[in-house]
Amino acid sequence: MAFNIYDFTPLTKSIHDSLSASLSPTATLAIEWTIVGVLYLLFVAVFGLFLVYAERKVCAAFQQRLGPMRVGPWGLLQTIADFIKLLMKELITPKRADKLLYNLAPFIVIIVAFVSISVIPFAPGLVSFDFDIGVFFVTSVSSIGVIGVLLAGWSSNNKYSLIGAMRSGAQIVSYELSVGLALITMIVFAGTMQISGIIEGQRDMWFIFKGHIPAVIAFIVFVIAGTAETNRGPFDLAEAESELTAGFHTEYSGIKFAFFFLAEYINLFIVAAMATIVFLGGWMPLHFGEFEAFNNVMDLIPGLFWFFMKVFFVIFLMMWFKWTFPRLRVDQILNLEWKYLLPINLMNIILMTLVVLFGLHF
Amino acid sequence: MDSNILFSLFAGAILLFAILTVTTRKVLRAAVYLLFVLVSTAGLYFMLNYNFLAAVQLTVYAGGIVVLMIFSILLTSHISEKARMATLKEGVFSALTVVAGALLTIVLIINHKFVATTEPAISTDVQNVGRQLISYGENGYALPFEVISVLLLAAMIGSIIVARKESLASNVKSTDNQE
Repeated sequence: MAFNIYDFTPLTKSIHDSLSASLSPTATLAIEWTIVGVLYLLFVAVFGLFLVYAERKVCAAFQQRLGPMRVGPWGLLQTIADFIKLLMKELITPKRADKLLYNLAPFIVIIVAFVSISVIPFAPGLVSFDFDIGVFFVTSVSSIGVIGVLLAGWSSNNKYSLIGAMRSGAQIVSYELSVGLALITMIVFAGTMQISGIIEGQRDMWFIFKGHIPAVIAFIVFVIAGTAETNRGPFDLAEAESELTAGFHTEYSGIKFAFFFLAEYINLFIVAAMATIVFLGGWMPLHFGEFEAFNNVMDLIPGLFWFFMKVFFVIFLMMWFKWTFPRLRVDQILNLEWKYLLPINLMNIILMTLVVLFGLHF
Repeated sequence: MDSNILFSLFAGAILLFAILTVTTRKVLRAAVYLLFVLVSTAGLYFMLNYNFLAAVQLTVYAGGIVVLMIFSILLTSHISEKARMATLKEGVFSALTVVAGALLTIVLIINHKFVATTEPAISTDVQNVGRQLISYGENGYALPFEVISVLLLAAMIGSIIVARKESLASNVKSTDNQE
């Protein structure tokens, strides 16, 4: 295969071989775990900061402003400065709060985000583990994240926080259904839940083109529901700043607030990455069936680059929503999910099953 | 990694948090400890390489049932509320029941002869789980699957009727007319 020149498998394999040549298996495993852990930490920190910067720039563009410009060239160092400021802030715990749960909540949110990120392949061979329930694993783990939000709201002993947590709970539990069903539609099409298998199935064409109508519907539903699941505008009722100050994280400051903030952006990345993997081919370059010459040219662009370009495209879509649409009311949010998205989704699964049964795809 | 170490870790966590679940006096903390018990159980399933069941455990119990519990606690109780301490009589009787139950289980487990099976293991990959779930042949789960679907449907209809606003509103209207 032509794009093997950008495969990371030889690199990881050579690291593994050189480590296990001189060390015992247990030590090798420990060192490898440490390397992978540090890499993920670095990635999340750098990527999170970059996303915050990107969001401010995108927001500024939509509002015809420049955005951050003063710190570093084009304001590139602005988020780093903000982060240092956050680190130096005092950690305040409300006096009548439930201290244990109050301190536990940010960790639940951030751990869940880290665990879900672990199955996402960034490039050929650059994935920490890949097993038969890949997609299902991401949805099942990320369904726990809402507990962190609920706990944060309740344990702060603050009415704004509690209302924010309730809204967020109702919203996430509802929209999880749509996310799951949109993914199931594509699993029916792919015939596997293994992420490497799904990407391999898109070698001749991405699923969104291959599965035409039902795949496009599933993609739209997934992006809408995914935006809602990450608590981002226009679904950001949980932290609606004009009515609830900051919703469930009103009482949090310093690094604990940063955890919620960072987790929101990691979740944004996870939703975008899942959309990329399931609909847009993951790291797979743009291929069109028989056009050998075109496919070979596309193979020259590395998988890592493809993956991040597609992820940024989806992230840009979601930022576009946030800065274009006004915030929805609670009843509108629940109506949208239960009266529109869910029925559309169920119909779409039947449509997709028919498409697969009769081989009506490309 | 030695699976014994992993097993002791998970089992220890399950025991510790299960005890904390029933001894804490704050109801939301009990729900959170229960969450940890369920997540550790999912860890055991992962250890056994039964990934599908582990993910179901996370989705249904941790992500579904515990979220519902926490949600209802959020709606009904205040942060300052604490469960009252058990009276001496209650404590003694609960302790007796617990000890009797534990003894019964332990004696049964010790006396049971566990025979290692010689049959080949059934594959636990997703395809096979899916096929077994809807097959009506040997080891098929089609009937329980359908029966549970009907039960869930009945529960859903019931909850819709309970939560419906119209019946209440129409009752109020009819009493108004009578007056």
